[in-house]
Amino acid sequence: MFYIYCPYCAEYREEEEFHPKGQAHIARPLDPMATSDDAWGDYLFFRDNPRGVHHELWVHAVGCRKFFNVTRDTRTYAILETYRIGEQPSVTADSVSTGSAASTATLTGVQA
Amino acid sequence: MTRVAYFDPHPAPTVPRQSPLHHMAEIAPTGDVAVTLREHAFRDHLNLRGEPGVLASAVESVTGLALPLEPQQVVFGDGTSLQWLSPDEWLLIVPGGEGFRLQRELRKALGDAHFSIVDVSGGQTLLSLEGEEAISVLMKSTVYDVDPRHFPVGKGVTSVFAKANAIIRRVDDTRWELVVRRSFADYCLRWLLDAGEEFGIAFQRAEHEVDAREAAPAGEAEMTT
Amino acid sequence: MSELQQRRVAAGAGLGLEIDRDRPLAFTFNGKAYQGYAGDTLASALLANGVDVVNRSFKYSRPRGVVAAGAEEPNAIVQLGASEATQTPNVRATQQALYEGLTARSTNGWPDAQRDMMSLIGKVGGPFMPVGFYYKTFKAPASMWLTYEKMIRKAAGLGRAPSEGDPDIYDHVHRHCDVLVIGSGPTGLFAALTAAKSGARVILCDEQERFGGSARDSDETLDGVPAPHWVAQIVERLAAMDNVTLLVRTTANGYFDHNFVTLHERRTEHLGDSAAMTGGRRQARSRLHRVRARHVVLATGAHERPLVYAGNDVPGNLLAGAVSSWIRRQAVRPGERLVLSTTNDTAYRAALDWQAAGGEVVAIADARANPEGAMVERARAAGMRIIAGSAVIEATTDRKGHRVNGARVAAVDIAGHRIDGSIETLVCDTVASSGGYSPVVHLAAHTGVRPVWRDDILGFVPGQTVAPVKGFHPVGAAAGVYSLGMAFDAIAEHLPAALAADGIALAPSAPPQLETLAQGEAVGLYHVPHDKPTMRAPKQFVDLQNDVTAAAIELATIEGFESIEHVKRYTAMGFGTDQGKLGNINGMAIAARCLGQTIPETGTTVFRPNYTPVNFGAIVGRHCGELFDPERYTAMHQWHVEQGAAFEDVGQWKRPWYYPRQKASGERETMHEAVARECRAVREQVGVLDASTLGKIDIQGPDAREFLGRIYTNGWEKLAVGKARYGLMCKDDGMVMDDGVTTCLADNHFLMTTTTGGAAAILEWLEIWHQTEWPELEVYFTSVTDHWATMTLTGPEARNLLSELTDIDLDREAFKFMEWREGTVAGVPARIYRISFTGELSFEINVQANYAMPVWEALFAHGDQYGLTPYGTETMHVLRAEKGFIIVGQDTDGSMTPEDLGMQWCVGYNKPYPWIGKRALTRSDTRREDRKQLVGLKPLDAEVVLEEGAQIVLDPKQAIPMRMVGHVTSSYYSPTLDHGFALAVVKGGHKRLGERVYLPMADGVTHVAEVVSSIFFDPKGQRQNL
Ligand SMILES: [Zn+2]
Repeated sequence: MFYIYCPYCAEYREEEEFHPKGQAHIARPLDPMATSDDAWGDYLFFRDNPRGVHHELWVHAVGCRKFFNVTRDTRTYAILETYRIGEQPSVTADSVSTGSAASTATLTGVQA
Repeated sequence: MTRVAYFDPHPAPTVPRQSPLHHMAEIAPTGDVAVTLREHAFRDHLNLRGEPGVLASAVESVTGLALPLEPQQVVFGDGTSLQWLSPDEWLLIVPGGEGFRLQRELRKALGDAHFSIVDVSGGQTLLSLEGEEAISVLMKSTVYDVDPRHFPVGKGVTSVFAKANAIIRRVDDTRWELVVRRSFADYCLRWLLDAGEEFGIAFQRAEHEVDAREAAPAGEAEMTT
Repeated sequence: MSELQQRRVAAGAGLGLEIDRDRPLAFTFNGKAYQGYAGDTLASALLANGVDVVNRSFKYSRPRGVVAAGAEEPNAIVQLGASEATQTPNVRATQQALYEGLTARSTNGWPDAQRDMMSLIGKVGGPFMPVGFYYKTFKAPASMWLTYEKMIRKAAGLGRAPSEGDPDIYDHVHRHCDVLVIGSGPTGLFAALTAAKSGARVILCDEQERFGGSARDSDETLDGVPAPHWVAQIVERLAAMDNVTLLVRTTANGYFDHNFVTLHERRTEHLGDSAAMTGGRRQARSRLHRVRARHVVLATGAHERPLVYAGNDVPGNLLAGAVSSWIRRQAVRPGERLVLSTTNDTAYRAALDWQAAGGEVVAIADARANPEGAMVERARAAGMRIIAGSAVIEATTDRKGHRVNGARVAAVDIAGHRIDGSIETLVCDTVASSGGYSPVVHLAAHTGVRPVWRDDILGFVPGQTVAPVKGFHPVGAAAGVYSLGMAFDAIAEHLPAALAADGIALAPSAPPQLETLAQGEAVGLYHVPHDKPTMRAPKQFVDLQNDVTAAAIELATIEGFESIEHVKRYTAMGFGTDQGKLGNINGMAIAARCLGQTIPETGTTVFRPNYTPVNFGAIVGRHCGELFDPERYTAMHQWHVEQGAAFEDVGQWKRPWYYPRQKASGERETMHEAVARECRAVREQVGVLDASTLGKIDIQGPDAREFLGRIYTNGWEKLAVGKARYGLMCKDDGMVMDDGVTTCLADNHFLMTTTTGGAAAILEWLEIWHQTEWPELEVYFTSVTDHWATMTLTGPEARNLLSELTDIDLDREAFKFMEWREGTVAGVPARIYRISFTGELSFEINVQANYAMPVWEALFAHGDQYGLTPYGTETMHVLRAEKGFIIVGQDTDGSMTPEDLGMQWCVGYNKPYPWIGKRALTRSDTRREDRKQLVGLKPLDAEVVLEEGAQIVLDPKQAIPMRMVGHVTSSYYSPTLDHGFALAVVKGGHKRLGERVYLPMADGVTHVAEVVSSIFFDPKGQRQNL
């Protein structure tokens, strides 16, 4: 049972209020009709399954009904940060492997 | 060209009406009742959508309530309340029959801006939960932290309520309000009565507030242009 | 009754601290009456009465007695309950407080534990039941497993559920706190007090009958007062703070993500079989607290490890610490002559307490060559015989095996795993053993963290995986810190800093003052060598609950099992409700020795929730009976109930399914009869359906129309104000996901309807596209499903009836099909939509739900002369299927394109925006001509109603497995056509009209049907345009 910081409600809420919606940052091709079958298939069906830092899309379904992004470590289930749609993560697999954000990565949302 | 269609849904006062909990019998308070549950039926509920900068001044001038801009904030007026639901969504509850007039005035004040006002009065009902054990009943019902240290007066949230959802808000030290959807009202009430049994719980219909339907002609319909 | 409480010792200093000899309690065990005292556990009361055999073992059916005093007890697991309805299985007698009238039975053993029929099988079968017995013996044939399992379960006696309904109620409470302290020993109490003094929200829970943990029966002093007094003082201070919640008899059973912990509070289990009423009101028997903590202090202490020696399962073999607990807490000395076998100082307390309680200490076998320390000196001073460098290698017994009658003691060479020198046999009735202590790391392991071995304490402590679990603080013995002083210091130093990081400021707390005893170093001994090799020695038990022996673990390693996880599964060590509390470390040590590894190289298995069994009532809480799941009602629900409607569940909604009437004969109509009557009424006169459950979404904004064009497959640019249109929605894979009619209320204002089941999902669907892909579109969505009550008036007489009640001009030219009007119905402001799901002339009346009933009743008040008939969802289904109207989710399954459904008329390929689903519809796979396509099926036999889901084949004579080309999606009997009919999906079906297909059924019958158009009735759609 996760405890998730909603960046719109600005507080932690219980997992029961949220729905997970899969991998984050999957943008729909701007010109679908000019997209190859392979590229369209990738967009529709193919998702990362990393061991470690992963970015996910969630919605505060029983709450503010806003979608937002969650950066989560799939090994520990620790949520490293949450951020709004349109924002970019500050914690990434790269930043963790280079150690810049990992040491401060905690079970908190981005409150700045 | 008409942009939005809305109408006064209230018929003449002679037409009977039924709240979502009309079929549930009242439970009289006995001596040691620690929780009292009341249905405040037939209020008008308006759902407001828009950017705060668009809505704030119009809402304040029409309703007299300052648009709450902080998450989870709710402001109470005389028989009215205005609650933050999301960064661009608020719930306005006013005495029954006033919703149509307010919507008309709000739309006039808001002019061409992008916003939405939706009458949801038939779709939900307002309950109050009062007494020293009200908080205990809520702790059995919602995953949200209702401890007074975390849930001060003037806070309101949408959260899980039993296996349904509800808006939960704190009016004063011992009084809470719930807004539940019409179709879930029967379930929520049964749940509350069951949760409150160990403390002693009463269920009453709030004395009907003045029926503002008298003020507006029945069936008046209007389209804004 | 045998001699009354013959093992209860007389009152004395430090004896029976927790019992009230003035409050005797009667109880029965296996049908026999006994007496104990308030303050007893069932286990201590049984021991007081000299009940040695409390159970039979799981596999070998050996007599077993109480071993431990707490949750780790492996043997004394009983079936509780005086009546059938109050039966509770898997209760640990050591955790069950005694109450007047308590009735318990052995879980295992038939007919009872003393005279066990199964023991015959056990004794004969024992040698033939090696490790992996079940897997080896019962693995084939697979079809027999169910039979074997029943037999094994009966013999094994895993307890039984009551066959009657539970008379009690249970509930859940959601709690949030800054600090959850699990365990109320001295470290837990100090941690709780440290946090609470500064105002932090603290929950302190303990699984036992009272707070205090090890301090309940300690003879140490804390802050200058005896430990039990200190406990009382701290608990009193905590209880006075309104920021502290104290939960006794409350087990932390599961530790989940982000410091979510479930606590099982037994509220009335210590008082009686069933919760008594208080003030005429029911109260919950157990309560599950769902706790979200910012910090969790794990102060669960340590479990003493027994030594593994031959005959160590015979009643009379006890844990050393448990002996002390019974003597000091309940004044029960469970024997006369004690031999203690230990690896450490702490266990000496058992011998000192035994002597203080009037028992004879025959000898102390200490595995250490030079035992020294304050406790050792006390024992020496008390004149006890200490045999250094030795251990009990075997507890002996008589033929019946009901009680220890001696101990064989020998010098042991631990490193060489052999005995060294001669064996001395001592006469005794009790062997207490202590092989050291295992920190209780179970809850920490629930978080996915593997315990790590520490050589200095000879035990596993909570470890870390990738990163530490934030806010998790093991303290004291649970963290492997056995010095109380050091544990206090660690809490005083680190807890404020940990909480400060979360903005919780703690004032410094001075650690309690205590006297420290000089402790000698412990030695690591797990499996005591015997004079015979392990395989031939009398059984040496590792896991008493699952009957796993040292020989079994040796055998498993010989058979090639090297991973400790595989050894566990092969031997069943640590399975079930035991979760390896006593045996796991010993088992790993044996595996490690056999594999020539160290214990850390061997590793440990993990532990899973729940820590101890939780009754189903507590798990269910109040989500049962009428509150099991929400039932959603429409505004007309009570009317449907009063009319005797049968209801159908549609999602959480209760919808009228059909309205059976009383026939002239007095009988109620069958469903078939009622549906036929309702169908005819709609086709010939007029019917009314409560359609309020349809999802309704209000859409406002200048870009509402553009948004609809992107989300629906068909076009919306030209839909005029006042008009409605059917829309089809796909996912971006091109598959149909929902449908419904959307109305243009005004230029910037639309009302979308969705399927009943899809309402919430479609609102979320609209939002995800708006919020993540098209935030530039100015549009808002608001659910109005519950706001509007919807009544579908349909049938040739619909206009005539409605015209009596409305001020709207219903003339066919003034109010055309697929238009909406506003006006009043029965005086109530209403919107009426001229849309049809039956193919008949239809008006869908929408009013604010509080005013639904006057309108509904007015329809019936005027409806008699038109034959107005209420109809339910079954009739709705028949009527729409006759028209070939699909139901998304019934006739589709997430793999159907609009064209598969024959609905290419509803696809706007020329719309400018690449709407959701468009791209995928151009993929080669969605263009295939042999895709499954929606068709009608007409059974050749008019009486046949095909089964929904029945598979379709083209050649009924082919060999099984047949090649299936499709299946029936909807099937009914049509009273209008007087014929069974169906909708189905068939490969390339659109080109198969007129062909015959076959539906072979499980009973051997093969139905034959003709592929026809999916529109069975009024193909030109004239009736809805009347
Ligand atoms: Zn939120």
